[in-house]
Amino acid sequence: MSQTTSYKWLTRTCSILLEWAIPVLTVALWQWLGSMEWISSRILPTPAAVVQAGWSLVENGQLFTYIGDSTQRAFIGFAIGGGIGFALAILNGLLPLSEKLTDSSIQMIRTIPHLSLIPLIIAWFGIGEQGKVFLVALGVAFPIYLNTLHGIRSIDHGLIEMGRTYGLQGLALFRSIIFPGALPSILVGLRFSLGIMWITLIVSETISSDSGIGYMAMNAREFFQMDVVVLSIIIYALLGKLSDWMAKQMERSWLQWHPHFRKGK
Amino acid sequence: MASALPQRKVSLPPEEKAQSSSKVPSQVSAVASAASQAEHPAPRGLRIDVHGAVVGFGDLAVLRRLELSIPPGQFLAVVGRSGCGKSTLLRLLAGLEQAAEGSVALGGAAASGLRPDVRVMFQDARLLPWKTVLDNVRIGVPGGDRAKALAALELVGLADRAKEWPSVLSGGQRQRVSLARALAAEPSLLLLDEPLGALDALTRIEMQSLIERLWQERRFTAVLVTHDVGEAVALADRVVLVENGTIAQDVDVALARPREKDGGFTHYENTILNRVLARLPPDASQTGFSI
Repeated sequence: MSQTTSYKWLTRTCSILLEWAIPVLTVALWQWLGSMEWISSRILPTPAAVVQAGWSLVENGQLFTYIGDSTQRAFIGFAIGGGIGFALAILNGLLPLSEKLTDSSIQMIRTIPHLSLIPLIIAWFGIGEQGKVFLVALGVAFPIYLNTLHGIRSIDHGLIEMGRTYGLQGLALFRSIIFPGALPSILVGLRFSLGIMWITLIVSETISSDSGIGYMAMNAREFFQMDVVVLSIIIYALLGKLSDWMAKQMERSWLQWHPHFRKGK
Repeated sequence: MASALPQRKVSLPPEEKAQSSSKVPSQVSAVASAASQAEHPAPRGLRIDVHGAVVGFGDLAVLRRLELSIPPGQFLAVVGRSGCGKSTLLRLLAGLEQAAEGSVALGGAAASGLRPDVRVMFQDARLLPWKTVLDNVRIGVPGGDRAKALAALELVGLADRAKEWPSVLSGGQRQRVSLARALAAEPSLLLLDEPLGALDALTRIEMQSLIERLWQERRFTAVLVTHDVGEAVALADRVVLVENGTIAQDVDVALARPREKDGGFTHYENTILNRVLARLPPDASQTGFSI
């Protein structure tokens, strides 16, 4: 028994080591090249300098304010856009009339690169919160919409028929068959849109903002604080990784029935 | 797998069993069914009357003025070549299709749509992969009572797998869960749409005796659609052949249960099979050649 647990522990450690080997080696190499002064600190500061810059920003409290501002924007936009995309997909997946009415319009809007709307957004909303939230919402709505719709379409029709013969209708049918059947696709859409959420936020904060990580980076560039610029890039990477991890946890806890996501396999 | 199946409860006394192997089956089957009915209350199956039913998809008529009456508690098998309309007949009885003309009456009343006392078992088990075995069976229980669902799982010998996901079960086990789900609410009519078609030969024999045993215990009306004439003869009181959307042959199978593949069995199997394949019996073709 203890042998199998220690074996499990060993394989877990190995998989974590493998996962983190490349990032850790890259940072080590970067520090070494910087400290040998083969890379000028005016071009790329060393990891140690970045950590130091981060620490001083933590000490004066600015870092958390900025991360908080950015995260809040990201998730408000995500909730609005994701909610709209999800609702539209459910409507269009279940009602052919609604699909006929709205689907081709949605497909047209979808093909517009949403970041190209930035000039228009600045003209409409200025550099306030609404513009950035609007852009994030617009960006995340479509992956959620497309994947949810695909999920509803790909449900085995036999299962729905089975549900009907057992008297499942309306909300009960949706709750026990349609939603869980579409959930794997919905979660794929969720992962896509989390990525788009951060990209949109970075771009819109860099162009027009007075707080947030993007603002921190642009402000630091004005004063040539390269360490802060690099720090903000790393924070984006970590936030992106964090949201991907969250999506993975959702898959693991909600899709336990799916052989692909079963724990311990 | 075999050991997981519960023991057969209904069995014939030895002297009846001895008779059943002889070739006077009609009397014996009367005795056998009388015995099993004495053991259980009066049949609570539904009576079915299909009168002049026409079902079509677009221009294609699948059922053409089909006439069929099934007395309560009968086990009827519907055989026929693929595309003959036998599955459509089953879907008509289930309320999944509507007749364009004619009438379908269940239990004396004109049928309209789906009914809670009619259950269908499909060729694929159609279990919800995101629900555990027990929760899948609970779909068949009005109100979703756990104890009733567990009792139904016990009937098919899978109570110990209640908490597992359907994806880890074998094909035969999935069909047994599907059978438990169908029987959980004690239906008066069970419709079986080639439920054993995708199973291997041994699992199929086990499933057949399980279905037969549960039918004998509960006396619901059963309609089995199958392309396997042997399976039809093994299970059914009566076999009807559907051809071009109407009943082309109607055979009462007067064999005692449990049925063995003896001479009587083969006789019925050949009679129906010859009719399905539209070939003459061997002796008739010989006289043809002798002229």
